[in-house]
Amino acid sequence: MKAGQWVRDLGMGARFAVTGGREGWVRALLTAVGVGLGVALLLLTTSIPNALAARDERSAAGSSLSHQAPKGDDTLLVADVYTEFRGETVQGSALEPEGPRAPLPPGLRRFPAQGEMVVSPALKELLLSDSGKLLRERLPDRIVGTIGDSGLIGPADLTFFRGADGLASRLDGGTVIRIDGFGERAGQSDAWDPVLILLVMVVFVVLLMPVAVFIAAAVRFGGERRDRRLAALRLVGADSRMTRRIAAGEALAGAVLGLVLGAGFFLLGRQAAGSVEVFRVSVFPNDLQPSPVLVLLVAVAVPAAAVLVTLFALRGVVIEPLGVVRTARPARRRLWWRLLLPLAGLALLYPMIGQGNDGGDFNAYLVVGGVMLLLIGVTALLPWAVETVVARLGSGGVAWQLAVRRLQLSSGTAARMVNGIAVAVAGSIALQMLFAGVDSDYTSDTGYDVSRAQMQMSLPAEVPLASATDRFRRTEGVRAVYPFSEGYVGERRTDPERGTSVLAGSCAELREMARLPSCHDGDVFAVRGAEYDTDTPKLAVPGRKLYFDPTYEGDTKGREIPWTVPDGIRAAQARIGLTGWHQGGFLITPGALPDAAAPALTGQIYLKLDPSVPDAWELALNTAAALDPLTAPMELSATERNDRFDAIRTGLFVGATCVLALIGASLLISQLEQLRERRKLLSALVAFGTRRRTLSLSLLWQTAIPVALGLLLASVVGLALGIVLMRMADTTVRVDWTSLLSMTGVGAAVVLAVTLLSLPPLLRLMRPDGLRTE
Amino acid sequence: MTAPAGSLLAAEELRKAYGPTVALDGAAFSIHPGEVVAVMGPSGSGKSTLLHCLAGIVTPDSGSITYHGRELAGMSDAQRSALRRSEFGFVFQFGQLVPELTCVENVALPLRLNGRPRKEAERSALSWMERLEVDDLAKKRPGEVSGGQGQRVAVARALVTNPRVLFADEPTGALDSLNGERVMELLTDAARSTNAAVVLVTHEARVAAYSDREVVVRDGKSRDMERVV
Amino acid sequence: MSIGHTLLGLLESGPRHGYDLKRAFDEKFGHDRPLHYGQVYSTMSRLLKNGLVEVDGIESGGGPERKRYAITDAGITDVARWLATPEKPEPYLQSTLYTKVVLALLTGRDADGILDTQRSEHLRSMRVLTDRKRKGDLADQLICDHALFHLEADLRWLELTAARLDKLREAVTR
Repeated sequence: MKAGQWVRDLGMGARFAVTGGREGWVRALLTAVGVGLGVALLLLTTSIPNALAARDERSAAGSSLSHQAPKGDDTLLVADVYTEFRGETVQGSALEPEGPRAPLPPGLRRFPAQGEMVVSPALKELLLSDSGKLLRERLPDRIVGTIGDSGLIGPADLTFFRGADGLASRLDGGTVIRIDGFGERAGQSDAWDPVLILLVMVVFVVLLMPVAVFIAAAVRFGGERRDRRLAALRLVGADSRMTRRIAAGEALAGAVLGLVLGAGFFLLGRQAAGSVEVFRVSVFPNDLQPSPVLVLLVAVAVPAAAVLVTLFALRGVVIEPLGVVRTARPARRRLWWRLLLPLAGLALLYPMIGQGNDGGDFNAYLVVGGVMLLLIGVTALLPWAVETVVARLGSGGVAWQLAVRRLQLSSGTAARMVNGIAVAVAGSIALQMLFAGVDSDYTSDTGYDVSRAQMQMSLPAEVPLASATDRFRRTEGVRAVYPFSEGYVGERRTDPERGTSVLAGSCAELREMARLPSCHDGDVFAVRGAEYDTDTPKLAVPGRKLYFDPTYEGDTKGREIPWTVPDGIRAAQARIGLTGWHQGGFLITPGALPDAAAPALTGQIYLKLDPSVPDAWELALNTAAALDPLTAPMELSATERNDRFDAIRTGLFVGATCVLALIGASLLISQLEQLRERRKLLSALVAFGTRRRTLSLSLLWQTAIPVALGLLLASVVGLALGIVLMRMADTTVRVDWTSLLSMTGVGAAVVLAVTLLSLPPLLRLMRPDGLRTE
Repeated sequence: MTAPAGSLLAAEELRKAYGPTVALDGAAFSIHPGEVVAVMGPSGSGKSTLLHCLAGIVTPDSGSITYHGRELAGMSDAQRSALRRSEFGFVFQFGQLVPELTCVENVALPLRLNGRPRKEAERSALSWMERLEVDDLAKKRPGEVSGGQGQRVAVARALVTNPRVLFADEPTGALDSLNGERVMELLTDAARSTNAAVVLVTHEARVAAYSDREVVVRDGKSRDMERVV
Repeated sequence: MSIGHTLLGLLESGPRHGYDLKRAFDEKFGHDRPLHYGQVYSTMSRLLKNGLVEVDGIESGGGPERKRYAITDAGITDVARWLATPEKPEPYLQSTLYTKVVLALLTGRDADGILDTQRSEHLRSMRVLTDRKRKGDLADQLICDHALFHLEADLRWLELTAARLDKLREAVTR
């Protein structure tokens, strides 16, 4: 009988949730959307570990490093080729099978022949698009297929395999290796970047928290109307336990509807996740599989939480047959325990400060717990802040007085509605700061003097320096080319204890690397004053015999070309070279360089690009690829890298805005509900001549005051959290005012929109019809 | 029929329909300064609509309403609002006090809407509350006072601007007879002392007995009983 | 209550015999007090003498002779004047008012108007009483209140009747 009664009561409540006319539906739908968003986020969060594991597996399966082998009919020569296109990393391999049993990399059906390549779907799309034309010049091979999903780590990966010939000759240089299989032998999976893990955790907490707050507020939608309904039920004989069960049933209905919506949102989000790339990481929709246990947990916990929140909200309420009595006046809000929450959050996060850089792990529980406590702290502090501030607000116009008095009477309701906004804003401010910080670290801390050269390329032995210089000089967008030959000299033929670098180039070029007193062809200089260079002064003794390319124990034999330090050697002062470092060692003009030494030197080309040519960088890379497809030039510039992070921040901004819009919608609903309840009063106010402006303004103040307080508090907590997170990630602490302003701006816009949208109903309610008693 | 000479507020040939429902169908009305006129009639007869039209809250579909010789139809909404703020006072059955404001703030509200400073407005509010014997409730909120007290606060609020016309729509409807009569006594006394006209919509004869004459509204038509006999 | 005016009113719908008149009166108004025929006879002779009715014809034959009465123009005017004159407000006058209302309905006159006129008359008395009450001492107030409540009861009954006029019209003209 008991169970039957329960089911009947819950069912009755559920019916009330959906049979309340249009408003009832809208309210149930909003609750469901809120719950649904929360559920979808929860499901997404629970499937992240699976997705990361799947990525690790794929990455391990494609790894080749642990398979080095001697030549046979089952070996494959692989050269990893890497390039960048407009800031996107393009990862590729040149493949040359050495026999019929050569291992095929995952995702390939056959080896591409020389002049052919197999590309990932994302790369194919890019190459065939207009914007990919320049990249197509760099990767001109015929596309003969696409790489299967098993060969990709994520769907947005830009990857290719191209056929190659004659790779064996470059085995020595380290760019090419010979392998007999793919897949990792040892279980040494790459540890995730702790900062990335931190970001993922914080993103989800930040997005989940306002949704949770929203759900808590949403199940209380229409509370007053529900109370009256429950009172009516008491009048016809329901006991107080029954009414509570009926209220729980109403909340349950919204939550269950939310579960269904949430599942839908999750499936949609999963598809969308396939086309989103976060921190160079993209995920296949199929990899996003929440574990069944966690799904079950969500399915049980969400409705349970909805019911608990409802019962909690009813705790101080006695539903009597003739109305609802709130037991005692709520005690004045106290500050101390409200402060404890954010302080506890800070305490949890504090020990992890600085761990982002030394590969340390972040304790997931501490991070999530700390961030949650900080954000919950906002919801705890806000009611106190609203109450305290509102109680002190002084006189003003009639509109102000009406709004302030109303807030003084029911500051709790106002604060509850704003809580969601505050938490969302605080969270996203912190997150935006963290992103901006990580962003700037990833981009601008290279230390290169970008004004003099932006690109450096090491030439392979086959490519003569002169012709490469010439090709680059003819490349559009290249303003200056600085060719050098670079080598290393040791004091002995084998295993020298002292050694230093040698740079050969014309006087003009050498002047870019050091301060020369005067220079003529045939001069040799020893650089003094370069950081970390202690050997040069000891070796720069005229007549001392040194050896180019000495041999080291266990390595292939070097060329060991002897060279005698000439008598006329002069000193040069170190300066910041093209690379941004102090160039040390010997500087040799071409006339002083013995021909015999030439093979021991590699060509180095520094390029200065023309910033006014938009694709100068890509054009130079194309020239470099044509010179040698296996060597990637080094980027000395970091200015192009921002876009990728912009995309993430935009995404976060949009997400936060959506959450705010949802909260705005609920604010609007409760606003309208409140207006309808005051219909008679509004009409009376109009009757004795109250201006529409006055009432509209009072409506604006009524929303704006708590929201302004919420945004202020959110900014403070958000900044604090942001700074702590940045310290944790060990990035430079910098306040991102743009995101702070944009988030508070969105919050303010929500207030304005809510007020504007409630104006037409207000004006309608202000018509004298409300005075009619019949 | 033209408005009798010397009338403060007069209406002729008023017609007003809410959709298919005809509320007023050729009603007429007039009132002199210092006069208390009861508007009576069965419920749904259009008495409240007549009051709303007279007060410029509702615009009639046709007909004329003149206040001090000025045609109400010729005024803008803002002008009519201003007229209501400064020249008219209102008492309704219920739902008229702003629950968040204290009683004295409620009484001061019309003055503040007219732009008077708060201190001054509350001072005159308090003196009116004294006259209506509710000055001890000044700091209380409407939710904390009884129905009769609340209605007296409402009367004080209606009179605080020294209105020329006081509109009272079932002012005692929610009160018991003792409280109702006390409110009526205070209301009519105060109105007489300021020479204000009172338009009193009621269905209770004992309330109507506080009037000087009555106008009966039936099926949207009015009947001035004084002039018929 | 004026039996004369009532019988006159009943005659307005057409000439009747004295005995018919008694039956019609009993049916419509005399629920608890049927009219004695002698009363009809004497009333009719008075009305005849005053010229308010005339004899329309005499039927003789088995039994007593039966006069048929018809109303004169003067009689119609008299009924109208009577209906339009409010009754002096005093307790327990509803039987007269009821008769007036039914007669108005039967003769197609404005029953609402009767109510309005009566209310106006009542209110006049109530105003006097209210005024006296405001100026008087507690004893005055109590006495006035008693009268006021009675008058109010009458008026309430009047309002109720007014609200049910349509139903009443259906019932009396059936």
